[in-house]
Amino acid sequence: MLELRNISFQAENEDDGKEIEILRNVNLTIEDRFVAVTGPNGSGKSTLAKIVAGILTPTEGQIFLDGTDITDKSITERAKLGIGFAFQQPVRFKGITVKDLLSIAAGKDTAMSEICSMLSEVGLCARDYVNREINASLSGGELKRIEIAMIMARKSRLAIFDEPEAGIDLWSFQSLIRVFEKMHEQTKGTILIISHQERILNIADQIVLLSDGRIEKTGSREEIMPDLLGAGQPCRTLADKL
Amino acid sequence: MRHSEQSGIKEEIMDTIQQELLSQVAGLHEVPEGAYNIRANGELAGRNTTANIDIITKEDRSGIDIRIRPGTKSESVHIPVVLSKSGLKESVYNDFFVGEDSDVTIVAGCGIHNSGSAASAHSGIHRFFVEKNAKVRYVEKHYGSGDGSGERIMNPTTEIHLAEGAVLEMETVQIKGIDSTVRTTSAEVAQGASLVIREKIMTHGKQRAETDFKVDMAGADSSVNLISRSVAKEHSTQIFRSRIVGNASCHGHSECDAIIMDEASVSAIPELTANDIDANLIHEAAIGKIAGEQLIKLMTLGLTEKEAEEQIVNGFLK
Ligand SMILES: Nc1ncnc2c1ncn2[C@@H]1O[C@H](COP(=O)(O)OP(=O)(O)O)[C@@H](O)[C@H]1O
Ligand SMILES: [Mg+2]
Repeated sequence: MLELRNISFQAENEDDGKEIEILRNVNLTIEDRFVAVTGPNGSGKSTLAKIVAGILTPTEGQIFLDGTDITDKSITERAKLGIGFAFQQPVRFKGITVKDLLSIAAGKDTAMSEICSMLSEVGLCARDYVNREINASLSGGELKRIEIAMIMARKSRLAIFDEPEAGIDLWSFQSLIRVFEKMHEQTKGTILIISHQERILNIADQIVLLSDGRIEKTGSREEIMPDLLGAGQPCRTLADKL
Repeated sequence: MRHSEQSGIKEEIMDTIQQELLSQVAGLHEVPEGAYNIRANGELAGRNTTANIDIITKEDRSGIDIRIRPGTKSESVHIPVVLSKSGLKESVYNDFFVGEDSDVTIVAGCGIHNSGSAASAHSGIHRFFVEKNAKVRYVEKHYGSGDGSGERIMNPTTEIHLAEGAVLEMETVQIKGIDSTVRTTSAEVAQGASLVIREKIMTHGKQRAETDFKVDMAGADSSVNLISRSVAKEHSTQIFRSRIVGNASCHGHSECDAIIMDEASVSAIPELTANDIDANLIHEAAIGKIAGEQLIKLMTLGLTEKEAEEQIVNGFLK
């Protein structure tokens, strides 16, 4: 279970150097199977995910994982406690191969058969990819899917995916959802998905709607979906995508 | 029969330190297949020739001539050098004559172990005369060990002459233990010939590594590709200089990609000269620290910052 208490995050605006409030007083408890976070571009979704993973330090507030205060824990410590994070923009590495990265993620030198099954889960043929470098030769979509495979390899009990749908060009939503389901079967943990996609929101047990750094509303899918799709159109970006 | 005899000689002359150096620079744990010439502390420690590859000791100065007959295919020559006597300084002249249409692998390498206080230095001057349509893969490794205060110095000079249609691919690696190095490589590339050089360097402490390439593309459709990847740590200094001259319709590309860490310093100084309207020359250089997002990504996979750094550096130099 993840609990955010009064989380605020301020940063300096790069243009004028003024302090801006990117997240304001966010209170959130997450314990369901699938939790979707949605909201317009710039509403603070990625910032929230980075705060949970330890990449950004909140200006105020506390973070609890299964009752333990992890606010002061490093990225590495949180990873070891079982927080996994698939980036919105995956990182490239010169010379590091898909196999290297999946082995690091799994925490051990991983057998070819295991790597093969992880890659096939995300729609990639292992034979073509294991020895490929994670460099500019891979497309954005391929990188996104390798990013997802890494989180599968980690077997994280809290897995965060930042807009995973961006990688499914030649793959399918159905397969992506199957990955989430399979992961939950294995970890029995929580899967937090930042997404604009109705098909992903449709599998969520809980939906969190962020707007301008604040939680506009949160609740079950049945409670939130009608508002998202309804006449009020609280979220233009979302409406554009649906 | 001949092999076991040779290995006997080697073991008598070489001690364990020298054997360790040998395995580092040439990947050799035992006597290699094919032709070889092993030099230890300035003396011949083993030699083998084959029907196609002859090795002859030079008479006018220190060094050997390696003669490869035209049409020799899939053979290899190993010519490792090891130095374990502190304070030894030597210059060695090795000439390779590679006959037409042959296809061979040449493995050179130098290991210095210095546990004394006097500087040890090896300067290898290698000249390659690669005849028409011959193909050479040339691998060179430099390695230093020992905890003495004496410097380990290596100054390899490589001079390459590629005849029409010849191909030479050189891999040069210096990952550990060399305090000071000036690596000078010059090449002359004839019509349709092609030269590829891949260099990998890591420096630390107060080490200094200087690379100097000069390539003349003299013939039509000649090409050169220089790829340097390096990591400079602590207080070390690296200088990468490349000069490519295109005198005909040709393709020249050089690339210097460096990771800088701690208090190190890296310079990349490219020079391109086109003397022909169809000379196509490109230089790319990138120097920068390890990207923060790379460290962060690996930390989210459970590595500490230090472990993440190691993975990134090892991958980069792999
Ligand atoms: N380090 C930072 N410094 C200044 N502004 C930032 C920083 N990080 C994010 N922002 C701004 O905060 C807002 C929220 O960003 P982000 O969390 O990436 O939004 P989302 O993922 O919902 O699109 C954006 O307006 C963005 O420009
Ligand atoms: Mg985002």
